[in-house]
Amino acid sequence: MGLGLAVGLSGLAFGAAAVTAGLSVTQACVLSLLAFTGASQYALAAAVAGGGSLVAGTCGALLLGTRNALYGLRLADVLGVRGLRRVLAAQAVIDETTAMALAQSGRAAAQAGFAATFATLYAVWNATTLVGAVGAGRVGSPGAFGLDVVGPAAFLALLWPRLAAGRAERRVALLGAGIALAATPFLPPGIPVMLAAVAVLAGLRR
Amino acid sequence: MTWLAVLATSAGCYMLKLAGLTIPQRLLDRPQLRRCAELVPIAVLAALCAVQALASGRSVTFDGARIAGLFAAAAALLKRAPFIVVLVVAALVAVGLRLLSHVL
Repeated sequence: MGLGLAVGLSGLAFGAAAVTAGLSVTQACVLSLLAFTGASQYALAAAVAGGGSLVAGTCGALLLGTRNALYGLRLADVLGVRGLRRVLAAQAVIDETTAMALAQSGRAAAQAGFAATFATLYAVWNATTLVGAVGAGRVGSPGAFGLDVVGPAAFLALLWPRLAAGRAERRVALLGAGIALAATPFLPPGIPVMLAAVAVLAGLRR
Repeated sequence: MTWLAVLATSAGCYMLKLAGLTIPQRLLDRPQLRRCAELVPIAVLAALCAVQALASGRSVTFDGARIAGLFAAAAALLKRAPFIVVLVVAALVAVGLRLLSHVL
């Protein structure tokens, strides 16, 4: 319930941010329906807003999507789905559903928790994306409403819980931000963000 | 062109999810790979935050109101505010400072 509300509010924010960035209402909704993973969707919207390379924007979105592959690796055994059910279950693999499935004991409970969380969040995320996107289209200039700070604030909020995990995480975040800013004057928009993935090396050494 | 990016992102994100459920679990046994998958989103999210806050196109710029809004967002996160509250606080602070600078 609380989770549904939180995701609903995020959906509104994404819909509004996407349209403000220059995506159409349909494009925002297609992203929520098909990509269905918030951080990647925000990343693509940011690339569109920056007027930079869409190829680089797509790569950034996919880099963020790699964590869902990691969740899938953990979930494969827990859910034990095969064939068509696996093809359907794949769309449901995101932060919240993974947390819910891993919190249950036993395969049946894990499957039920996973499916119920997905059904709720998918409906809420898509409905609120539409409302946010349509609503933002009626608002005027982004700067006047402080919408230019909503993007960075959203990324900071997505990053925040991960920073708490340890010192290596914070080092990687600082270095990633530093690399991207340092590369900004020299490379087309979008590329510096991809380049920042190199910062991961700072977290691998011990 | 934007549509192509939207569809490529959608397809790619789905394939990544499906790949996780499909590829052999042995891969998880390799701690370096697992660690890498945890750290990549951190580097990319931090980079996106920094670039959106401090860059416009190819130049690094300092927009006082935007930075103040971002600091307000950090303060809200420290107070464990929900996602949407963080965004609203950031926007309100930026707008408030801009109005103030017009008046003064």
